Amino acid sequence: MSDISQLTSALSSNSPAISIINGRIIDPANNIDEQTDIHLQYGKIIAIGKTPENFVAQQVIDASEKVVCPGLIDLRFRLRDPSYEKRGSISSETRAAVAGGVTALCCPPDTDPIIDNAAMVKLIRLKAEIEGVAKVYTLSALTQQLEGEKLSEMRALKDAGCVGTTNALRPVKSTLVMRRALEYAASHDITVFIQAVDPWLSDGCAHEGAVSTRLGLAGIPVSAETIAISRDLQLIELTGAKAHFCQLSSAKAVQLIQQAQADGLNVSADVTAHHLHLTEMDIGYFDSNCHVIPPLRTQRDQDALRQGLKSGVITNIVSDHQPHSSDAKLAPFAETEAGISGVETLLPLSLKMIDQQGMHLNEVIERLTVQPAKILNLSEGTLSIGANADVCIFDPEAYWIVDREKLLSRGKNTPFHGWELKGKVTCTIKSGEVVFATETLV
Amino acid sequence: MTPKNIQLDEQGRLKHFLSIEGFKRQHLVNILDAAEPFANVHEQAVKKVPLLRGKTIVNLFFEASTRTRTTFELAATRLSADVLNININTSATSKGESLLDMLHNLEAMHCDMFIVRHNQSGAAHLIAQHVSPHISVINAGDGCHSHPSQAMLDMFTIRRHKKEFANLKVVIVGDILHSRVARSQIHALTTLGVSEVRVVGPKTLIPTQIESLGVHVYHDLQAALIDADVVIMLRLQKERMQGALLPSENEYYHQYGLTEKKLKLAKPDAIVMHPGPINRGVEIASSIADGPQSVILEQVTNGIAIRMAVMSQTLGHSHERVISKETTQNTGGRA
Repeated sequence: MSDISQLTSALSSNSPAISIINGRIIDPANNIDEQTDIHLQYGKIIAIGKTPENFVAQQVIDASEKVVCPGLIDLRFRLRDPSYEKRGSISSETRAAVAGGVTALCCPPDTDPIIDNAAMVKLIRLKAEIEGVAKVYTLSALTQQLEGEKLSEMRALKDAGCVGTTNALRPVKSTLVMRRALEYAASHDITVFIQAVDPWLSDGCAHEGAVSTRLGLAGIPVSAETIAISRDLQLIELTGAKAHFCQLSSAKAVQLIQQAQADGLNVSADVTAHHLHLTEMDIGYFDSNCHVIPPLRTQRDQDALRQGLKSGVITNIVSDHQPHSSDAKLAPFAETEAGISGVETLLPLSLKMIDQQGMHLNEVIERLTVQPAKILNLSEGTLSIGANADVCIFDPEAYWIVDREKLLSRGKNTPFHGWELKGKVTCTIKSGEVVFATETLV
Repeated sequence: MTPKNIQLDEQGRLKHFLSIEGFKRQHLVNILDAAEPFANVHEQAVKKVPLLRGKTIVNLFFEASTRTRTTFELAATRLSADVLNININTSATSKGESLLDMLHNLEAMHCDMFIVRHNQSGAAHLIAQHVSPHISVINAGDGCHSHPSQAMLDMFTIRRHKKEFANLKVVIVGDILHSRVARSQIHALTTLGVSEVRVVGPKTLIPTQIESLGVHVYHDLQAALIDADVVIMLRLQKERMQGALLPSENEYYHQYGLTEKKLKLAKPDAIVMHPGPINRGVEIASSIADGPQSVILEQVTNGIAIRMAVMSQTLGHSHERVISKETTQNTGGRA
């Protein structure tokens, strides 16, 4: 790990001195929202406001009419690398990430091979340093091979750089194994990420409701989610573990998490940008781009997810980026791969919560930056002096139409093709280096 | 958001026939009316009409079927089309050739229509969305979603016996959950204005929120049969005994099997239907299946007429279009 870190700092110390001027700087962690300048050097943020003495900017970025905020942090992001490079690679997908303003992302362990040993962690991190342009974090497998039987060496994996642990989309069937996994994780202060799904009720491809009935698709009832959440909340209470629930999909799930937080359990939760905007109705006549897990549910569920995001029960928004080759979506609905290539629409879809849910711009940015950083126990997602110079600059008023062919991700699988969205990333800086820009910089 | 109905072309004419959903009452009535003259074709010495001469129709069956495939084949032959039967067990497509690649290969052989049966819901829609514009697709059953020609032949049979749809009480009994036939029948019946559609079965076989399709749910067959005009029995797949959907065939027959005693609860002139193949003694007593109220064999015969109507309507106007284009050119745009 240390060698990789040294490599990173060696690279970033060469980064140029940059001044970003005239932007609206929003840094929720430090309660900053003002029009001013920000100065970067040696890969760090060195000043906000007045130009420091002896500082000579090699690059000046005019951010007039734009928002300057910390680089976004995406807690669920599949790179498809290694092994599935037709769908995506660390190179292609981190470039898609920075085009979406994301400077750090977190990759679940259901890679091939699975991240249940330190060598795999190092491989991905090293590949990310060499080929990637965004920072890549990994979660370790909660159980060996994600089989739900034996605990992984989660402490060693933490030491190798994993920022949490999870069994990803493979629910741990045994209550006993889950209890022990939570206990063990708690002993080493490791956050357990839970994708709550009951293994017996989840053999479907769409929300069990009016649409699945109409289309004759096998349904996944809301109780598949709530039963799993309820079980795990009981075990969290028993073990004192810290847990983060991934991708809530139903009103009842929000209710359960809200109650658990009120009861004092150390739990947080996230929602995907697409669950905030789509419902089961969007499947229409079998649109496989709307095949996602957990499934898109009803309008009522969507309303509750938005409300939960606003109230803070849901702590952050993720893209759950899952690039697929076009073939993977060209089959009868149930036989298509689930998932959306979502990172490039994460920010504008989140910003829609301002007009549609009455959220404040700062609140939206908070849920994309410092909140996910806190869940990973990282001191990132801020523009504090001395912090890594990870910055996202976007035009909050720019309208653009999503064109799947223009996505930088290898996955063109987006249900938002043709949508007009507001808010466009114009420049992304990671560790002091401009890694994405829509205009030529001076 | 209402998705575009790809079953109709820009002129509102039948282009594909994928599901009953999306059609207005008049579309369905047109198909029923078009089937009437075909219903008598088999009585003629020469059983063929030349409507689709020169057209090539491909029966593309990804799932085993004898009756449906045969009636489609007969219907196509009686319309003078050339028919190609292709049976693909799903293992063949898993050889690496995707469903769509295979279709494009068939398109290259200049076919005009695909009749598709597949075990996955949405397969026919998928194919219709990706074929060349001159090709029509008819759904001969996709997963648990839709079997529109079966529903139309059932409507045709009902109309021959009951004349008006408006005041009918229609009962559909059995495995609604897995039945594409039931879903299509429900859409067809409600679209044609049937006043009451009842679905009957244990909760394990009734899909959630089926009421949203405009039906009443019953768990007691005897209550549902009272005053019924039409009783449709669905086939019970034997594999439903696994997976805790039902306790046993015996118990099912006792609760949901149609016996003479139960049928007496329906109107005296009620007709009994079944999409076949029948499991005698599982969902229906033999004496009813072969009895005077049964119209089960008529349904099979009517299947040919309905499929002739659907095929000639979907392919017929592409033919028309060519002619009308020529006429337009000849008459200086008057047509």
